[in-house]
Amino acid sequence: MAEPSTESLPVAAQAAAPLAAIVPTDLKALGESIAAAVPGGIVVSHEVALGELTVTVRREGLIEAMTVLRDSPAFACEQCMDICGVDWPDRAERFEVVYNLLSLTHNHRIRVVTSTDESTPVPSVHGIWPAASWYERETWDMYGVVFSGQPDLRRILTDYGFEGHPLRKDFPLTGYVEVRYDEERKQVVYEPVQLTQDFRSFDFLSPWEAMTTLPGDEKAHRTQPEPQK
Amino acid sequence: MSGSAVPEVKVGHELIADDAATAATEFVEALEAPATRMVEVDSHTINFGPQHPAAHGVLRLILEMKGEAVERADPHIGLLHRGTEKLIEYKTYLQALPYFDRLDYVSPMCMEHSFALATERLLGIQVPERAMYIRVLFAEITRILNHLLNVTTYVLDLGATTPPLWGFEQREHLLEFYEAVSGSHYHANYFRPGGVAKDLPAGLEQRIATWRKSFPLFLADLKRLVDGNRIFKQRTVDIAIMSAEQCFAWGFSGPNLRASGCAWDLRKSQPYDVYDRMDFDVPVGRHGDCYDRYLVRVLEMEQSLRIIDQCLEQMKPGPIKLQDNKITPPKRAEMKRSMEALIHHFKLYTEGYHVPAGATYTVTEAPKGEFGVYLVADGTNRPYRCKIRAPGYAHLQAMEVLTKGHMLADAVSVIGSLDIVFGEIDR
Repeated sequence: MAEPSTESLPVAAQAAAPLAAIVPTDLKALGESIAAAVPGGIVVSHEVALGELTVTVRREGLIEAMTVLRDSPAFACEQCMDICGVDWPDRAERFEVVYNLLSLTHNHRIRVVTSTDESTPVPSVHGIWPAASWYERETWDMYGVVFSGQPDLRRILTDYGFEGHPLRKDFPLTGYVEVRYDEERKQVVYEPVQLTQDFRSFDFLSPWEAMTTLPGDEKAHRTQPEPQK
Repeated sequence: MSGSAVPEVKVGHELIADDAATAATEFVEALEAPATRMVEVDSHTINFGPQHPAAHGVLRLILEMKGEAVERADPHIGLLHRGTEKLIEYKTYLQALPYFDRLDYVSPMCMEHSFALATERLLGIQVPERAMYIRVLFAEITRILNHLLNVTTYVLDLGATTPPLWGFEQREHLLEFYEAVSGSHYHANYFRPGGVAKDLPAGLEQRIATWRKSFPLFLADLKRLVDGNRIFKQRTVDIAIMSAEQCFAWGFSGPNLRASGCAWDLRKSQPYDVYDRMDFDVPVGRHGDCYDRYLVRVLEMEQSLRIIDQCLEQMKPGPIKLQDNKITPPKRAEMKRSMEALIHHFKLYTEGYHVPAGATYTVTEAPKGEFGVYLVADGTNRPYRCKIRAPGYAHLQAMEVLTKGHMLADAVSVIGSLDIVFGEIDR
């Protein structure tokens, strides 16, 4: 830290080179060719942000889109690395299901996003990538997203007989039940969670100088770049 | 089996020769009826773990057996589930970092690496060169740390005691390097968004260089002891073969993928930090069996040594974290004199920094494979969502394909060869 800041500048410029290597293909063009290759209307939108391509597809056409992404030589996504849910309670369809695909042939990653609500099932992709099974089970366990066509939709990470979906935003961090070993009954018992002290969630968001612009501060923050929404 | 044993019973030797044949026939006929009482042991289910030493943690494996062959393997996981992803949503970015040490607890710094890179990408910052070298140096030390544990305990599972004793001595040297930089053997909390927590203490580079010179001797000993070992090969060669196509379908990555002949290494194909400046080879297996998975790991340790050499050689003095006190804390000495530094420190450790809204899936080549963090930021000081993609999760899922038709004892070989650690699988 004692070093003058000028010395660190060329370093940063030099280090910017590998980021270009991370983005080997023109992702925008890739996004457009996906939209063109997948039958009409399934791809809702595609965008490139932070050097990553995100393709939003309609739930009904998910299998079709995924099959194209795996089998078409232009995309060749041999691997489905990850499937996860994201909860946005304010949206009409509150759950996003996010598929992170990887092509080893072309060395690119494609993120496919679709949305659903508590009851509408998302078609399972385990027929395309067998690895999807456990990720879909996890998404079901954590968010309660139903996958149609998934023969093994059991809970995976939570306890046997667990109720609720813990990663939903309306599920409390402390949960509802706690377990302990009961010496008299000689067994593990479940009881409603008892906190000796209320769970404290501090609001550290500064009212003075945050990235968010408060009402009335629009002019003061006009010089700063707007945070991405 | 007993059906074929019955005619061989010597029943006639105490009887008169004439009657012997009749008596024998009668005896066999008498035995025929009880033979229908044969218990059908064709299919039964056994419960492997969660307290089995070869389960490498808390794996509960339900095995449906046909005789001694595995028909179906159903791993029950989640016994170590601690809700890491939920907890992270309630912490600032800086507070979330230590949770990553506790995921794959045999390669802690590699876990931090993905999260630090993901946060940096969302913040749009570049870390100083020295910090990148330190990270790569310690990522490779961690790789050796991880492979040492896996390879030696794998051999232990298959009956050898000496390799773990030797390997753990070497691990202790490496953990001392961990302690020197972070103050802790395991829960390092060392790679931070914006750089690393502290610079290397004086003399550490020399110590690493000295250890590095002695390590090939240990590796040679280990290889001499295990590689050609008759028992080890009997238990691992041609066991649980995965083709490259199967590996793709089941989401394999890291050494397990490379053992099947696919030269895919994120350090080469999607380099991060200063891996693009490193000269190293990617060991690749040919058969994709348990033995190849073992060999790939041993060879990777040799390559890690090469990277360590290059880091030590190319590393220059300089800043080890971003010179922006909005993201990295100021020096303690500064805080004693500068009011501004004090405020920055206070703000960082209470409110933390705000990360612009966005999402990223950032991956690193962790010792076990592709370790990814899908990080969603909503513009506040806490991650909105942090999905952790653990390589072991995908590998364990393939247990059924890997063990089908193999013997029960082979299941132990398979678990060990996959390099399973429950901290990262259960999260």
